[in-house]
Amino acid sequence: MTAPRASAVRVALVFPELLGTYGDGGNAVVLAQRLRWRGIPAEIVRVGMDDPLPDGSDIYVLGGGEDAPQTFATARLAEVGLARAVDAGAVVFAVCAGLQILGQSFTGSDGRQQAGLGIVDCATHPKGERQIGELVVEPTAFGLPLLTGFENHGGITELGPGAEPLGRVRVGHGNGAAGVEGVVSGRVLGTYLHGPALARNPALADLLLSWVVGPLEPLDEPLIDRLRSERLEAALR
Amino acid sequence: MRRRTRIAAALGGVTGATSRLVGRGGGSVIGAKVTLAIAPRALDELAAGRRIAVVSGTNGKSTTTALLAAACAAGGSTVASNIEGANLRSGIVALLSSRRARNADLAVLEIDELALPSLLPSFTAPVVVLLNLSRDQLDRFGEVRTVAAEWRRALGAQPAAVVANADDPLVVYGAGTASDVTYVGVGLRWQQDAASCPNCGRPIRHEGRDWWCECGLRRPVAVELEGDELVMGDERVALHPGVPGHHNVGNAALAVVAATKLGVPLAVAVDALGQVTSVAGRYQTITVGSTRARLLLAKNPAGWGELLTMIEGDDRPLVLAINARIADGRDPSWLWDVEFERLQGRTVVAAGERAADLAVRLRYAEVVCDVWDDSILDGIERLGVPEVDVVANYTVFADVVRAVSARA
Repeated sequence: MTAPRASAVRVALVFPELLGTYGDGGNAVVLAQRLRWRGIPAEIVRVGMDDPLPDGSDIYVLGGGEDAPQTFATARLAEVGLARAVDAGAVVFAVCAGLQILGQSFTGSDGRQQAGLGIVDCATHPKGERQIGELVVEPTAFGLPLLTGFENHGGITELGPGAEPLGRVRVGHGNGAAGVEGVVSGRVLGTYLHGPALARNPALADLLLSWVVGPLEPLDEPLIDRLRSERLEAALR
Repeated sequence: MRRRTRIAAALGGVTGATSRLVGRGGGSVIGAKVTLAIAPRALDELAAGRRIAVVSGTNGKSTTTALLAAACAAGGSTVASNIEGANLRSGIVALLSSRRARNADLAVLEIDELALPSLLPSFTAPVVVLLNLSRDQLDRFGEVRTVAAEWRRALGAQPAAVVANADDPLVVYGAGTASDVTYVGVGLRWQQDAASCPNCGRPIRHEGRDWWCECGLRRPVAVELEGDELVMGDERVALHPGVPGHHNVGNAALAVVAATKLGVPLAVAVDALGQVTSVAGRYQTITVGSTRARLLLAKNPAGWGELLTMIEGDDRPLVLAINARIADGRDPSWLWDVEFERLQGRTVVAAGERAADLAVRLRYAEVVCDVWDDSILDGIERLGVPEVDVVANYTVFADVVRAVSARA
C-alpha cells in the first residue's frame, strides 16, 4: 500500500459540455465513488470549456462528443496544457472523441485532417459509416477480465509503434483496424467503450485508481456483477 | 386528388382493415405503407389545400399537439390529430386518409423531429411549432446539431409561420431561415446540448435569460413566459394546463401562441388548456390492486430532468423502468446524464429489460433500490402502498399501458 494521502484524490471531468454526449461523465462518478466506498476521500472537479485545467488533479476524464465540439475541445486542450499534466504523471482516461483528440491527428467536421494533442501515438480517419453496437474486448494487458460496452463512432484509429492496444475485439469494431480496441500509453488509457465504460467494467476503474493510490481491496457489488453478466451474455450469444 | 392516390388510399384502407381483422394492431400505419408504396406522393395530395399545424422537437411533442388541438377545437375548428404518436410519413398519411380527417378543417400533426424536413414540403404555409432539441436515441439519430441544420434548410425553402422556443439555441438556429417566426421564451432546463454554438461550435454565453455566441447567433426578442404567466404585448395571462409539471406550462405557452396564429382568440385558447389531463396514457392515474399509480413517460436526459423536478417534492414510492429496444435507443448510457442523486432517501424500484443498468446507476447515485424482474403491475400490487409514480421510457411505457388495458 502507498502511504496515506494528505488530500482527496481529484478526478477532473474535462469539458463535459463538449465531451459528454454519451453519458461518459459517469466515468468520473464511478472513479470517485469507488474510492469513497473504500474510505478514501475523493472529489470530482468539473472543468468547463472556459476554465483553466486545474493543476494537480490525479485523473483526467474525457468523454465522447460531436464533431464540431471535438474540434473546439482539441484547441482548448492544447491551450490549457493537458500534455503538461500527462508529463507530470497524471492518469488520463479518454473515451471515443476523447481518445481521438489525444492522438496525432483526426478528421474534423469540415472533412479536413487536424492535428490532435500528440499525447498518444495513434491517428484516426473516417470509416465512412458509423460503427454502432455492443462491443466486447479481450484485454491483452493488466490481467483484466473481458470488457463490455457500447460503441458509436465513425472513426478508424490506427496505432503507431509508441502505443499498445487495450485488447482484442471479440464482438464489434473497436478501433476498426488490426482487430484491436483502445490504446494504452504509459498512464494514458483510451477506449471506444461507452456504457459508461467504468460502470460496466469496475476492474478497469480500479486499475486506473490503483495507478494513483496503489493496490485496492476488492468491492463486492452484486448489481454490477449482474449488469456485466447480462451484457456479456447478450453480446456473446 | 389523382386517381392513383385515390385507389392507393382505398387499398391502404383495405389493408388496414385486414390487419385489424387478423389482430395485428390498429392497422392504419400498415395501410398507409401500402398507400405509399403505390402512390409515393400521396402525402402531397392528401395535404393539398388543407390548413395544417405541425409540432416537432425532442420532448413534449404529444402533449403540445394535444394542447394545440384542444385550443383549436375550442376556437371552433374541427380538428384531426395524430396524438397516438404515429408521427412519421406513414402515420401522417394514415391520419389524413382517415374518415375523421375528411370531415376536419384543420390537421394538428405531431411530427418526428428527423422526419420534419422531408414532410414539410407537402404542406402549404403551415403553422410550425418547434419545441426543443436534445440528445435522444443517439445510436439511431446521430448528432442533434445535424437535426437543427436540417430544420434550417427545410424552413428556408418554403413559407411557414413558425412558433419557436427562444431559449434553445439549437431551435433558434433551426428556425433562423423561416419567413415568419414568433419566439416564445419558455426556458430550457437541460443545457448540455446547447453549450456549444450550433452555427460555429464556439461556446454559448449565458447571462440571466439572455444567451449569445460571438458569431452573432443570439437569443431573439420573444414573447415571454414569466412563472406561469404568458406576457403577450399588454396582455398577461396565467396558463393552467391539465397536465402537471412546469415543463408543460412551457408547452402550453407554445401551443397558445400557435393557436392565436390559427385565429383562435387568446382567452379561448388559454381556457381550453385545462381539458388536457392525459396524453396517450401519460399522466393518467390507474388503480392496481389497492394502489393508485400515476404513469409518466421519460425517454432521455432532458425529459427525465423535467420529471425529476416535478416529482422530487413528494415522497411517493417510485417505479423506474427502462428498456433499450430499437425505439428506445439501444444504448442506455444516457442514464448517467440523469441526476438520480436527487432521489436519495426515496423508495425506488428499478424495472424493465435494462433494470440492471438502471440499478447500477442508482447504486452509484447512493439511491437504494429493489430490482423487479417480473411484471410491473404485479410488482405494484405486491408493494401494496396507497400511491406510486411509475416513470418509464418508450417501449416499457407502452407495455405497461397495454397490460393495464388487458387487465381492465
